Amino acid sequence: MLILQCPYCGVMADETELHAGGEAHIKRFGPGSSDEEFEGYMFGRENPKGVHFERWRHVNGCGKWFHAARDTNTMEVFGTYTAQTSTPPEDLLAQIRDKRPGFKWREFS
Amino acid sequence: MSTRLASGGRLTNRSKQIEFSFDGKRLTGFEGDTLASALLANDQMMLGRSFKYHRPRGLVASGSEEPNALVNLGKGDTHEPNQRATTTELFSGLEATSQNHWPNLDMDIGAVNGLFSRFLTAGFYYKMFIHPRPFWKHIYEPFIRQSAGLGKAPKAEARDPDTYEHFYAYVDVLVIGGGVAGLQAAKAAGEAGAKVLLVEQTAHWGGRAVVDGGTIDGMEAEEWVKTTLEALGKMDNVQVRSRTMGAGVYDHGYILCYERVRDHAPLAGGPRHRMWKVRAKQTVTATGAIERPLSFAGNDIPGVMLASAVRDYVVNYGVSVGDRTVVVTNNDDAYRTAIALKKAGMDVPVIVDARQMGGGALMDEAKALGIRVETGRGIAKVKGGKRVTGVTICNQQGEGAMIEEIACDCVAMSGGWSPVVHLWSHCGGKLNWDDAQAMFRPDHDRAPTSHDGKPFVTVAGSANGYLGLKDVLEDADTAGKSVSGSSAMTDAPKAENAEEKPLEPVWLMPQGASYDLRMKAWLDYQNDVKVSDVQLAAREGYESVEHTKRYTTLGMATDQGKLSNINGLATLSNALNEAIPQVGTTTFRPPYTPFSMGAIAGEARGDIFQPIRKTPMHQWHMDNGAEFEPVGHWRRPYCFPKAGESKHDAVMREVRATRDSLGLLDASTLGKIIVKGSDAGKFLDMLYTNMMSTLKPGKCRYGLMCNENGFLSDDGVVARIDEDTFLCHTTTGGADRIHAHMEEWLQTEWWDWKVYTANVTEQYAQVAVVGPNARKVLEKLGGMDVSKEAIAFMEWKDGTLGGYNARVYRISFSGELSYEIAVPANQGRDFWDALLEAGAEFNVTPYGTEALHIMRAEKGFIMIGDETDGTIIPQDLGLHWAISKKKEDYLGKRAQERLHMADPNRWQLVGLETLDGSVLPDGAYAVGEGYNANKQRNTQGRVTSTYYSPTLNKGIAMGIVHNGPNRMGEDIPFMAVDGETIIRAKIVNPVFFDPEGAKQNV
Amino acid sequence: MSEPVLPLGGASYSGLVTVSEHGPIGQVTFRGDLSSEAVKAAIKDVTGRDVPGLREVSGDGDTCVIWMSPDELLLICGYAEAGGLVDALTEKLAGEHVLAVNVSDARAAFRLKGKHVREVLGKLAPVDLDPAVFTPGMVRRTRLAQVAAGFWLLDQETAQVFCFRSVSEYMFNLLKTVSDPQSAVGYYSA
Repeated sequence: MLILQCPYCGVMADETELHAGGEAHIKRFGPGSSDEEFEGYMFGRENPKGVHFERWRHVNGCGKWFHAARDTNTMEVFGTYTAQTSTPPEDLLAQIRDKRPGFKWREFS
Repeated sequence: MSTRLASGGRLTNRSKQIEFSFDGKRLTGFEGDTLASALLANDQMMLGRSFKYHRPRGLVASGSEEPNALVNLGKGDTHEPNQRATTTELFSGLEATSQNHWPNLDMDIGAVNGLFSRFLTAGFYYKMFIHPRPFWKHIYEPFIRQSAGLGKAPKAEARDPDTYEHFYAYVDVLVIGGGVAGLQAAKAAGEAGAKVLLVEQTAHWGGRAVVDGGTIDGMEAEEWVKTTLEALGKMDNVQVRSRTMGAGVYDHGYILCYERVRDHAPLAGGPRHRMWKVRAKQTVTATGAIERPLSFAGNDIPGVMLASAVRDYVVNYGVSVGDRTVVVTNNDDAYRTAIALKKAGMDVPVIVDARQMGGGALMDEAKALGIRVETGRGIAKVKGGKRVTGVTICNQQGEGAMIEEIACDCVAMSGGWSPVVHLWSHCGGKLNWDDAQAMFRPDHDRAPTSHDGKPFVTVAGSANGYLGLKDVLEDADTAGKSVSGSSAMTDAPKAENAEEKPLEPVWLMPQGASYDLRMKAWLDYQNDVKVSDVQLAAREGYESVEHTKRYTTLGMATDQGKLSNINGLATLSNALNEAIPQVGTTTFRPPYTPFSMGAIAGEARGDIFQPIRKTPMHQWHMDNGAEFEPVGHWRRPYCFPKAGESKHDAVMREVRATRDSLGLLDASTLGKIIVKGSDAGKFLDMLYTNMMSTLKPGKCRYGLMCNENGFLSDDGVVARIDEDTFLCHTTTGGADRIHAHMEEWLQTEWWDWKVYTANVTEQYAQVAVVGPNARKVLEKLGGMDVSKEAIAFMEWKDGTLGGYNARVYRISFSGELSYEIAVPANQGRDFWDALLEAGAEFNVTPYGTEALHIMRAEKGFIMIGDETDGTIIPQDLGLHWAISKKKEDYLGKRAQERLHMADPNRWQLVGLETLDGSVLPDGAYAVGEGYNANKQRNTQGRVTSTYYSPTLNKGIAMGIVHNGPNRMGEDIPFMAVDGETIIRAKIVNPVFFDPEGAKQNV
Repeated sequence: MSEPVLPLGGASYSGLVTVSEHGPIGQVTFRGDLSSEAVKAAIKDVTGRDVPGLREVSGDGDTCVIWMSPDELLLICGYAEAGGLVDALTEKLAGEHVLAVNVSDARAAFRLKGKHVREVLGKLAPVDLDPAVFTPGMVRRTRLAQVAAGFWLLDQETAQVFCFRSVSEYMFNLLKTVSDPQSAVGYYSA
């Protein structure tokens, strides 16, 4: 039973207030994209034991989508941040590098 | 015999007798008794039969670790099986019955299994019941079902009359366990200002210290407990709850606690159990330790008990288990039992100490009391059947040759203590093996960690492996201070550790016990697993403790191996010739002990089992005999049968009345989402497959929504309200989902677009007024012009009708002249009534969802969830006209260009008519030629919707068929439900009725 | 035009707290940039209340502005005034990217009154209701048992709960059940 802090309303939200939304920072490929690009967009997902970036929605709350950086193994939450970005904030990445030296997740490390 | 002593019992009130019954016998106990202590006081030693061999079994323990004394409690609606007598507080009128025997406890047919125990070894079920194959279903399984299980399941018609509830609590520090360690940890944390919740599973405080004695800060332990509780009571930031078990520790400091509010007082009002859902920044588990049994032959005969339990019954309840008690031990603690018994006036003929050198100060004290001590000895076997009659003593180092036989009626055993590490381990806390004390202890360097990556569980006291009073209190004080960040320089309460000689691990008694002895030496009482079973498993190649557990069923019973785990593990590691830590433990899983289903459900039962969504007209539907069907959490009328009318007949009548004159549908459940902003048109163009941005204000357009996989997800009519405002109708089940879908794309992909949405589904009551007389009834209500000229098909207007503010949409899902009218929900019921009154002269007929379905199917309109199943693209359903060719992009467009999606061989929508006019079975497959690789018949299509049409007086259906639209007129075979009968149906145009739209465009 | 009919016709129950259906009340959903001066001025002008801070309510029980999310407010007013409020806001903020819509009928409201109000809510919502943490004037959107809902405290012993109209009967029965007079927990009001 996780708790994640919603970066919009500040609530330390119980998992039952939240809705999990899968992997974060997926780039959309629409018409004109190659089959490989589209396949990657629809179906290619990370499956890390360790650092992961995810989307969550504070559905029983302020209704906002946000991002969370979490360790799938220890459940440590490195931080949450808004959904209006295509990359994790640099200070969060720095903190994760510090805690998990050498971590790699898609293009982030 | 076991009996009540003339005096004593720190928990019982002898002035208050309590009547109860066991197996129909009327018995009495005292206030403060547990069912277990009251039964012992009445010389009821044997309490049940074992699971597999049906051996007589009695009490072994005095707390929640008890494996044997499981009883049925209550009867009828309050009947509950498998309740532990040791954790059941006695109350007046308690009715208990014993379990797992037939015809009765004394005389049990199943005990014959014991005679074959040589053949019922580990893995017996796997080996025996596998051949011949057909025997499993018809012979073995019915037999096993008959003989399996302990207590009786409640009767199917029984309804629990009690209530239950949940409670959310947020604390800085949760302390689990109300012994002296828990009390001191709570006190230290409370003094530091932390918000503390202290829970204790029993009704009493003080744990073992109040039984075993000792001096704390110059006070008797009992007095110190009282003083400390008073101090805690004065702290506003500390709450204490007894009868509340810390049941499970989960991620991020989420702890379940199980409060048995009034199990001890069943006639009191209020909830019976309360499940606490605690979120604690830090948790201290001061859960104590559990004594281990010793493995010797006959250690399961009623009268053989844990030494600490024998002591508990004397000290707490003034009950002696036997007149003559042999104490057998590998450590000093059991001497306390001998001393307590002797002081209470009972006989202790001998203390059998497996250690060559015996014990320390406690041994001297026992000897001084005149108790004989035999060191280096063990018990070869216990004599007796339904009750201990004696023991034979042997050398511990030998093979069991009898040295002496001693008559006794109770054996008090102690194999050392195991810290209760369950809660520490639930969320990943790791353990170290302590060789000196022969126990697993928490490894503080590998604690469970929380969301901040820091440890959130701290263990204190004997749960942490400290068995001396001084060590326990110091450890607890440190724990309480560290979890609350206290910098107080106060000392821990002063106490002394008793001087004790080290324990000597004894995993089998005697060490070289013969096979005959080993197959009578029990490890797991509840599941009947013996030393010989675990050794057999090891010989058969089981090396993993987890596999051995499942093969032998060791530790798999309701006590989850609280007594058997370590002994079983040690037996396995000896058999494998490996060290105990290498073999490791099985996984500790919550809950610590079983809790009630009621506590899990909480308030969710009866009319609040789940939320039922109701429209403003719901009560009218109820009052008028509606048959309801669930649509999401809504309950929508399926039809409105009149007295004596079948559902089918009602549906037929509703369709005919609507097509002939006037029908009303409660359409309030349809989703209504406002989409507003300068980019609203652009946004809807991305959401729908067709073009919405070109829609003119005042007009409506039907639209399709797909997901990025290209599959059809929802449909509905979009109305443009003004230049930058649209109102999107969704399906009933789709409102919340589609609103969330819109917000997801707006928030996470197109966050710079100027669009706001609002889900206004419930602001309106919406009524579909349908049929040739629809316009007449609205004109009769009056207030706005509803003529064809004023509001044409697929237009909407605001106005008033009969004095109600109304938004009128001229849309049709039936092919009839139809208006959908939205009024404020608070006036929905009145408006509905007004329509019924005005429509009376037109035979106005409310209709339900089934009539709606038939009318839409007659017109060939698709229904999300019938024609779609998450694998259907709009192109499959012949909806090309609703897919814009001009748009560069919309959600799902790229997916629909994929090879398989564009394949002309996809099954496509057609109408279907059986050759004999009958109704095709729903979901029936059209069979093709030959068989596939799995020897299943090939298929070429399936039925998606099928009804009897009262308009056309025959069965009509829609379905998707391979290459269907090019096979008009062909008849194809469908398989009936029986898997044999073929029903032939002709492929036809899916629009069965009024293809020109003459009826709706009037 | 008929009188508005509340979902439960004004039901009430008295137990650990009194639970009464509240209303009819005017309710307006407003979405827009809450930091914009134009929005702040318009809200103040139309409601007489300031735009509330994060998870706060500005005003009293009868007219107030509730913070719903970073770009959403719920305006509470007299039932008959909601339509005019929407029009006034729309007019004042013409040209701005905002949404104002009358949702007076979409939501049900309940008043809970009594010293056990925190305990009653604490049986249903995963929220820390410690008096030092959750104080009058704060709002919390969450779930009560199985449905989305929100509540705020008018004072130490009075809460207002809102939920969607369709689940108002569920909500009332829920609040009634956990207000059983014999079910006091003794946690917040020991």
